[in-house]
Amino acid sequence: MALDPNAKAAASGPASGPWRVAWRRLRRNRVALGFLGLLVLIVAFCLAAPLWAAHVARTGPNETHTLEKIQAGGEEREVVNREGKPIGPQWLEAGGRFFLGADGRLGRDEMVRLMYGGRTSLLIGFAAAAITTLLGAILGLLAGYYGGWSDTLISRAMDVVWAFPVALLAIALGLALAVGGLNIGPLHLSSGSIWITILVIGVVYVPYMARPIRGEALALREKEFVEAAEAQGASSPRVMFGELLPNLASTIIVFFALSVANAMLLEALLSFLGVGVQPPNGSWGTMLNGGLDLLTSAPMLTYLPGAMILLTVLAVNVFADGLRDALDPKSKARIEAHSGFTAAEVTEGIAP
Amino acid sequence: MARFVVRRLIGMVAVLFAVSVIVFLIFNVIPGSDPAQRMAGKAASPQLEARIEREWGFDDPLPQQYVTMMEKIFSGELVSYFGEENVDERIAEGIPATFSLCFGAAAIWLFFGLLFGYLSARKAGGPLDRTLTIFAVAGLSMPVPFLAAVFLNYFTYKTEIFPSGGYVEFATDPVEWVDHLIIPWVTLAILYVGFYSRVLRSNMLDAMDEDYVRTARAKGLGERRVIRRHVLRNSLVPIVTLFGLDVGALLGGAIVVEGLFNLNGVGQYAYESLKNLDLPPIMAITLFGAFFIVLFNALVDVAYAYLDPRVKLGETAR
Repeated sequence: MALDPNAKAAASGPASGPWRVAWRRLRRNRVALGFLGLLVLIVAFCLAAPLWAAHVARTGPNETHTLEKIQAGGEEREVVNREGKPIGPQWLEAGGRFFLGADGRLGRDEMVRLMYGGRTSLLIGFAAAAITTLLGAILGLLAGYYGGWSDTLISRAMDVVWAFPVALLAIALGLALAVGGLNIGPLHLSSGSIWITILVIGVVYVPYMARPIRGEALALREKEFVEAAEAQGASSPRVMFGELLPNLASTIIVFFALSVANAMLLEALLSFLGVGVQPPNGSWGTMLNGGLDLLTSAPMLTYLPGAMILLTVLAVNVFADGLRDALDPKSKARIEAHSGFTAAEVTEGIAP
Repeated sequence: MARFVVRRLIGMVAVLFAVSVIVFLIFNVIPGSDPAQRMAGKAASPQLEARIEREWGFDDPLPQQYVTMMEKIFSGELVSYFGEENVDERIAEGIPATFSLCFGAAAIWLFFGLLFGYLSARKAGGPLDRTLTIFAVAGLSMPVPFLAAVFLNYFTYKTEIFPSGGYVEFATDPVEWVDHLIIPWVTLAILYVGFYSRVLRSNMLDAMDEDYVRTARAKGLGERRVIRRHVLRNSLVPIVTLFGLDVGALLGGAIVVEGLFNLNGVGQYAYESLKNLDLPPIMAITLFGAFFIVLFNALVDVAYAYLDPRVKLGETAR
């Protein structure tokens, strides 16, 4: 939490100090910026999906071409041959059609699916991380600041969710919701909606964020500036969101970045197991699963989506480390997000 | 100490109770998971459905059904809805494979995680550190199904260096046991090697800045001794916590790795049961997994009391 002691000296206005120092540090971290660039490229690649689909590949991500033949390199080639083997990468020989070949028996354009699948994977990663961060920060703040019965209630609930094996809980929820959809009050999600996957991933990681945030809020609550605000008659929400939240902001930002990485890996796992994104929609996880049948004859169908997940998560992870170094070099956010305990609990013993 | 143990046990039981209630609710409140309907099949007569409901007790009130299920889990009489196998026996059959996978992978990741973290910290900023850092971050960014697929393709299909899956009991043939497990071990371990080496590296670098290390150096202790005695020792404490928690979390089964390498352990059983929305095994396996998570959480606390004389069990640290 404590930013650089020089931060005050560097401050020119009341709000610019620590953030400006962090920004300067981040700007000097060439590795982190390089990987941020990689992430931007991947996002741009996925955003360009409709353009590529409409103007180059001239097909959609779920369109099948099983019985079709294409003109490539001056000859006619089957998209899927008699043995069911899909066509390999054509690069630009077919005018950009089947640039990376077809995806299997259905003969869908692998490049188009990779681009559209990336949009799904990225959307799930960022949206689920947003849910985790929002719920985790609010619950952690409430529990840490109010203490008493609200702390007991929230903390015990978090303990229970934390005690679930993450993958098992996510699969159970994903499966159950995939059967019947979700209808809670105004919230209606149909059974094939990717928002079910997003919600499931977002929720299972909440304790891994709420518990460390609670610990930090608990420590901050004893600080003089909180006492000062309370003495001036500031309301509880005001102290929480006006005083505590800004002090937790750097932690929360790093947590968000790490959550994106975790969420994308869990999406890959769930979709791989068939309980995440539902067909015919694709994500990198479902593509990884779909390619497995052809692992020996067309390994690229497995490697490409796998490598895209790896590169994206790697870029997010390196950038998250850079953010951490810039905002708060002493922070142990990675340990906290991994274990669901505060750094103090991990190093000094988990208080019984 | 006795008070601590008792309190801890009560807490564990309470958490496990809550976990079981949640699992039960997930599969009873959600539409489309009516077991009698699915057991009877799609075109079943209402009479058949009604008979199944009566026989299996699905027409009892939910709390009654819950109590019956829990009684059966603990008396070893629980039977799955589909296939009608004894759940506890099936879990027991899966335990050797799951534990072999988990503890073997844990040993590998602990050894290499600590080795790489130590080397990284000693040569911080140098080329070795940078190389190891790249591998570590790539390791913790690795989607497990991808890595498993690459290994399967190269080591078992293409080169046939290792068998393509299955589990062989250690007692039957120790060499085959290792042969069948080595790829699953490495697949599972790589994720954690990256994480542990990063954690040890950053802890050691933090510790080198501490006053007690400066004091040790000022006393004229040799660099090796300073590192071994003071830096490393204190940096290893958080590793103990993380290791305990991670091993506990894995004992419930590594679903993807077990499935892809066909190890037939608890994780694979979990996945098969989940696909059938087969509540009895799901309930038992979830409790089994959660049990190890809370147990290892408690063991970590006990380990602390031995590692760190300042920790007194039963007293709140705040």
